[in-house]
Parts: sequence; structure tokens; C-alpha cells
Amino acid sequence: MSEFRKELKYLPSHEWARVEEDGTVTIGITDHAQESLGDVVYVETPEVGADVNAGEEAGVVESVKAASDIFSPVSGVVIAVNEALGDAPETVNESPYDDGWFFKVKPTDLSELDDALDVDGYKAALEEDE
Amino acid sequence: MADTNSYSSDLKTTPLNELHEQLGAKMVPFAGYSMPVQYPKGVKTEHLHTRSSAGLFDVSHMGQVIVEGPNAASELEQLIPLDLEALAVGSQSYGLFTNDQGGIIDDLIIARWQQNTFFIVINAACKYKDIEHLRAHISESTITELTDRALLALQGPKAANVMQSICPQALQLKFMEFGEFTVQGESMFISRSGYTGEDGFEISVPAQLARSFAEHILSFDEVEPIGLGARDSLRLESGLCLYGQDMNDQTNVIEASLAWSIHKNRRANGSKAGNFLGADAIFAAQESGVSKKRVGLSVESKTPVRSGTLLVDANSQEIGEVTSGGFSPSLEKPIAMGYVSSDFAKVGTEIFALVRNKLIPVTIAKTPFVTQNYYRG
Repeated sequence: MSEFRKELKYLPSHEWARVEEDGTVTIGITDHAQESLGDVVYVETPEVGADVNAGEEAGVVESVKAASDIFSPVSGVVIAVNEALGDAPETVNESPYDDGWFFKVKPTDLSELDDALDVDGYKAALEEDE
Repeated sequence: MADTNSYSSDLKTTPLNELHEQLGAKMVPFAGYSMPVQYPKGVKTEHLHTRSSAGLFDVSHMGQVIVEGPNAASELEQLIPLDLEALAVGSQSYGLFTNDQGGIIDDLIIARWQQNTFFIVINAACKYKDIEHLRAHISESTITELTDRALLALQGPKAANVMQSICPQALQLKFMEFGEFTVQGESMFISRSGYTGEDGFEISVPAQLARSFAEHILSFDEVEPIGLGARDSLRLESGLCLYGQDMNDQTNVIEASLAWSIHKNRRANGSKAGNFLGADAIFAAQESGVSKKRVGLSVESKTPVRSGTLLVDANSQEIGEVTSGGFSPSLEKPIAMGYVSSDFAKVGTEIFALVRNKLIPVTIAKTPFVTQNYYRG
């Protein structure tokens, strides 16, 4: 059974977004996503300073099976990326909501996240997929 | 991210279908069958387990065909460039069904079971076309598809230890030998071969016994069930081709770098040269050279380079395409194979793969990528 976090916002494409106390947004992929991907072997994050747009691709996660695009839930400037994933991409499998985060964004408009799903909405979207 | 799972309701199943589901396999459509792509431990763990211990694979989707008759060897030799008349009873060989353009209809394993009886294992996706091909060209021998048998592969350095308990007589087999054995009162065809580069066995069992036999093999601590995902990464590390991906009916045998699979007696200068479909086209390609060749690719970056990726030279000119690629769990780096313009096919040549508009350095590499551990006695 996949783990979910109440405080996060979700995209139907299986990314999560967490609004931090300083107003920045941390982005990763969900527990369900890492489970269905299988062993993650490579993560390509955007570069620090790059602009990302809500709903547009911002990176790639590759498992032993396939490559999948990562979409950013918000628009803004990338202020940090998880460099540790370069040497330890399996962290995405082990800790998808904590150590396995992908990148942080300084958002231009936080209200974009109003369009994202809450935890119940994401669970419902997963059930529809089944 | 987006899910790519899609299921079709008219998929065939193997005799081990219920066992796969009980073992928690993730089932996917493959060549018209519902097949386990992985079990709960995942592709990487399954792969490494096969390299260090033993793995059990369900390959019952593959075709098992018997060709029988006093002239079976010579009839089959028109279709497969092997010296089947010289193949000893109890031996088997890798071979190709060639077409008259020198392309590849399928690759196969053919065993001489008895003097006049050959046992052939063909790819699942090619079964029907292969059998049609056999029927179109073979008039004297009988052709029988064995639809009531499952096929299991037990692979890995501990496979022989397990076989010792299941069928000790089979340990007399060396790599690429074949025999019929009686296990639990039933006839089993066992060969010492596989698709992983490891020592191991492929076992044809009556369908109604498949489940209890597979459960028996899985009851040994050394053995884990292994899905198609790890089967693919294991064969790629071992430099083995996947039909339909690394070669097809348009690929000349010489382009596919499979000239070695033509028995020396059937080559242009051999004692039984030619007289198989496409011989002229294959010998001509060998004589005049080919414009592209299949090569191994060592990826000098952490970025996996997958099937369909373009290969370019230092001037970004397209020189080829990747046909199989992925992460090698044994080497902990990406590896691939593909076709490059013959000018770039020499081992050590440095080229690039174009992944998401980035140039990933790639070196033409010798295959296999990992040492093969066959038991040669």
C-alpha cells in the first residue's frame, strides 16, 4: 500500500509539491510513482536558476524500465536541486517524500497550486486509473 | 510522469499464470501473452540474484516445435545455415531462420533429440510465422508444435546445485547439450543453455506439471522467481540479441553481426557452402561489406540510453540508432547495443547518443559486457 502525505499537493501525473515555511516549494514524485517505476537509476533535475512552468516538464526520472518526464506543479525559478540523487538515485525509492526530493522552486504565483489535487483528490485519481 | 500501463483482455496465459499472481508479479502484455515483468523484489534485485545465485524464469510463451523425418536435417538446412547433418544427437545450436533477402525471420535454438528428430525453440511473437515458414518449405518431415508443454529456465551459478536435487542425471550435460530425462515419472527435455550468460538449464515440462514443478524449484533457498524485466537486462549485459528489437526480417545477418551463427561448413568457403535462403545476399554482404553494423555501446555517463535513441558523430551527424539500452545492475552503469555506420563500428570508437537534445558520450564496446559463465565441462 502506497504512503500518502496529507500536507502535500499532488498532480495526477504523480508529482508532489510541499509549500515550505519560507514560501518556497519543494517538488518530488509520490510513493505510488516510485513503486510503479521500480528501481530508479537516474534523475535529471533542472538547473539552479532555470525557469520552470506549471504543468510543463522540468526533469526526467529513469528506472530500470523506462524514462518518465517530471512536471512542475508551479511556475518559478529553481533555487535548489537534490544533488545527492546523482550518486544515489535509489533514494527516490527509499524516501520519496523526504530525502528523495527533486528540486525547489521560488514560485511566481503560489495560487497555481490551488489547481493541484489534495490528498483525497490524488487518491481518487489513482482509483480511477486502476 | 504518466502511467503507461495498458491491459488487453484477450491475452493468452501460460500454465504458471496463477502462480505468478500468487507470487505478487506485475503482469504485462508481451507477445500476446500476459507475462510477469517483475516480482515484488524488483528488476534490479532479481537481476543480481540471478548473477549470484539462481533465478527461475517462465518462458512458456516461446514456441516449442518438433521436426521429424529421415530427411529432417537436410530439409531444415535449407532454412537454417547450420550443419544439422553433423549436429550430434544430444547437442543443440543457436541458429537463424533467414529469408531470401538475407534478412532474419527469427532466431532459435535447435536440438538434435534423436537421429531424425529435432526440437526447436522459437520466439513467442514469431511462432505463427515460423511454423508457416516451416510448412511452406518442408514437405517430407512432420512439423508439430508442442502446445501442451511449459518452458522454464533455471539460470545462475547455483542452478546446477538445484538441478542436483531435481534431476541429477541432467548434470552430465555441458553447455549447449540437450537430453530427455524422466523426473517424477514424467518426460522432461532439459538443455544446458539460457539467455542470461550464466550456467543454467532450460526445461520443457508437460503443462499440467508445470506449476508443481516450478513450486518445487522455488522451494530451494537459492532460487527466486525472475521476470521479463531482469531477463532483458541480463541478456543485454551478456550481449545477446532480442529478435524484433535488435534485428528483424530487414536486417542482413552480416549487419546484425551474427555471421558467427552461420556454421563454418555453410559459409562461402565451406564444404557445404550456401543452399539456404538468402545465402547469396549474405555472402555478397560479407564480400562487399555492409553500410551499418550492430555493436555494443558503453555509455560514459549516468544517463540511460534507450532503444530508439539516435547516435551521432562529433559533428552531430546521424550515424546510427540504439536498438536495446538500459541500466546494467552488474556494472552499475548504462549499457546499450545498436547499429552504427560501419566507419564507426570499430571497438573503442567514441561517438555520442542524443538524449533529450544532450550529447551523451558513448564508446563502441566489445560484447558481452560481463563475463559469460557457461559450463563447458
